[in-house]
Amino acid sequence: MPIVYPHKTPMPCRDPEERRQSWDEVAEGYTVERAIAEARRCLNCQDPVCEQGCPVNVPIRDFVRSVAVGDFQGAADTIRRRNLLPAICGRVCPVEHQCESCCVLLHHQDPVGIGRLERFVADWEREHGRGGEFAAPHGWRDQKVAIIGSGPAGLTAASDLAQLGYQVSIFEALHAFGGVLRYGIPQYRLPKEIVDDDIEHLKALGVEFVRDVIIGKTVTMDQLFDELGYSAVFVGTGAGSPIFMNLPGENLKGVYSANEFLTRVNLMRAFSFPEFDTPLRRPKRAAVIGAGDTAMDAVRCAIRLGAEEGHIVYRRSEVEKGARAEDYERAAGEGVIFDWLTLPQRFLGDEAGWVSGLECIRTELGEPDESGRRRPVPVPGSEFTIEADLVVIALGTNPNPLIPHTTSGLDIDRHGCIVADPQTGATSRQGVFAGGDIVTGAATVILAMGAGRKAANAIHEYLQQGVAEKDAPRNDVVAPAPPVAGEASGGASK
Amino acid sequence: MDTTARIIEKKDVTDVTKLFVVHAPLVARNAAPGQFVIVRVTETGERIPISITDFSRAEGTITLVVQQVGRTSALVNALRVGDVFLDFAGPLGAAVPLPEQGHVVLIGGGFGTGAVFPLARELRSRGVRVSSIIGARTRNLVILADLLATESDELHVCTDDGSFGYHGFVTGRLEELLQAGAGFTHCFAVGPMPMMRAVANTTRRWGLPTMVSLDPLMVDGTGMCGGCRVSVGGESLFACVDGPFFDGLQVDFDEADDRLTTYKDQEQLACQRAGLGGK
Repeated sequence: MPIVYPHKTPMPCRDPEERRQSWDEVAEGYTVERAIAEARRCLNCQDPVCEQGCPVNVPIRDFVRSVAVGDFQGAADTIRRRNLLPAICGRVCPVEHQCESCCVLLHHQDPVGIGRLERFVADWEREHGRGGEFAAPHGWRDQKVAIIGSGPAGLTAASDLAQLGYQVSIFEALHAFGGVLRYGIPQYRLPKEIVDDDIEHLKALGVEFVRDVIIGKTVTMDQLFDELGYSAVFVGTGAGSPIFMNLPGENLKGVYSANEFLTRVNLMRAFSFPEFDTPLRRPKRAAVIGAGDTAMDAVRCAIRLGAEEGHIVYRRSEVEKGARAEDYERAAGEGVIFDWLTLPQRFLGDEAGWVSGLECIRTELGEPDESGRRRPVPVPGSEFTIEADLVVIALGTNPNPLIPHTTSGLDIDRHGCIVADPQTGATSRQGVFAGGDIVTGAATVILAMGAGRKAANAIHEYLQQGVAEKDAPRNDVVAPAPPVAGEASGGASK
Repeated sequence: MDTTARIIEKKDVTDVTKLFVVHAPLVARNAAPGQFVIVRVTETGERIPISITDFSRAEGTITLVVQQVGRTSALVNALRVGDVFLDFAGPLGAAVPLPEQGHVVLIGGGFGTGAVFPLARELRSRGVRVSSIIGARTRNLVILADLLATESDELHVCTDDGSFGYHGFVTGRLEELLQAGAGFTHCFAVGPMPMMRAVANTTRRWGLPTMVSLDPLMVDGTGMCGGCRVSVGGESLFACVDGPFFDGLQVDFDEADDRLTTYKDQEQLACQRAGLGGK
């Protein structure tokens, strides 16, 4: 019987003052001792309900049990049966809304630190283990599958399909792979070396990575099927189109969408200008509109770019914020100022065309709106100004319109999302599957991975039907035993 | 999939303007007049948009005309025959909506002349009458006159200093032709922002439908960042996916011009560091 301590084992973090000037990772991760101590808090439930809170159903109880006894490679193998990107998920999953919200310890004490343990295991494997050795039977089937977009949905679908033996190509519009993991999530929260490593694993599986190709422009959907010989396509192009507020002054210099600001910082490394060529405004006082994960990323990047003050401006209250708990706390630790119940009304500018501030009005919360959250109602006469020389709009994104606009036969809903079966990702066009933010609107990395996995299984089923209809499996191909479908992500790591 | 984009021909158009023929069959395959590519030339480099001057699906080539205005364009212009672009993505942007009939006046200012050429070729293939007006500060900065002449029913060359052709701005010649009853039905103009603004101010008086190609700052070029947003008829649009051609009579040129100055200081610093005079 394990001794259960009431609180989560703390994870060491670097000092907040030091963090304000550094792009190094904030959270340092568990030591071996801390990981074992935390894993021993797990009750090893007969019915591990935590696993139901995970969109890809990682065998949480079993991997935590392995950690508790010091079998870290065993833990890594167990996680990889269901999740090929644990170093990423262990850092960016909103665990308090997922696995940890289901932990039976939640209502008696702190839940087990599942996210921290997942990260520990993935990092341990990177440093000590046989990461990357999970070879797979890629390419023994003669069918080709195209994956559009190299974000979390696409990477997951690619990995599952490659392990099922398909010839998989990932097409990426940008010059670097990873989608939001590359351009969106900052270095101090997700070091890019980790994304690089996971992509190298997929390359080792035989997945073809093609950059600078914009499907719908460089190559159309029809050309993928008719000229390039792909039998199925997975669309994981994400929610890439930034939402603006249509307020006066929005096009002043120094007003950025979160996408532009974060892309300049993360993908183009504008924080290293002039060593890197892409420039960015260096702020003194930054204001970020919104209170989700992206808003926290933007305001903490602004501080690291030298802003003496970084504000979060949000029309609702702290309770309704969308940001992950850990990152909210770390933002607060780095000195972010939170202007809750504050609604921007227009952008103010100076005579040279630069943004100089935000004119805002106070709000109070009224009755719940269609989202179930209490609606912010402006308080008459409460107008005031927040000075800012850099403003970032982080109010979410719409689905990327490139594929919907250039592809016939795809049903699109009124939000611009591709309509897809939630269980299979199947769209209205035969052979085309979709998942992640392009279907759901902006959501999380792990939900996109879950959708990528479901679609990979459905594509496998769809292509097998095709083979059955054409009957006669090819005998001239020497094939290793295919993995069991339900264990698709296991590969040789089982 | 082979995405290599290799330079197979390079010409000096002026001292600071080079013409490249790039073998990039994947990009040429679906290219259309009015589109652009995004290129990157070093691992630490920027992504910059460049208008497509010409394309051949048969040859698998894209032709670009690049004027050195800053550090990245200088790096591009230093590339040689046989070199490959680190990144060469496209074709991006919407194809320009061209008429099926009528008499089109094309206006190219400075290196913008390169970007009107594919319009001339497409219009002529549709049987549309094409009059081209191109301008430059002085004679040896006039570019692509011979090439454009092959796809124009008439070509008017203007120089600010009168060293060649019409003495004055393109708008002066345009006004003369309009007054002489040229019968233009559409105008397309590409060039520096002040030139396009002046063209729009002229054609507005004549009620001539006019499209201009905007060249704002861009990062991804696929509609993701919104950095290239421009106000057209009071609406904020993205030049990379909604453009680059917009209704010139409705563009907010003041705003578009001012947004171009966002990184003026950094651009100067980058040019100094690279040992370039810069602008």
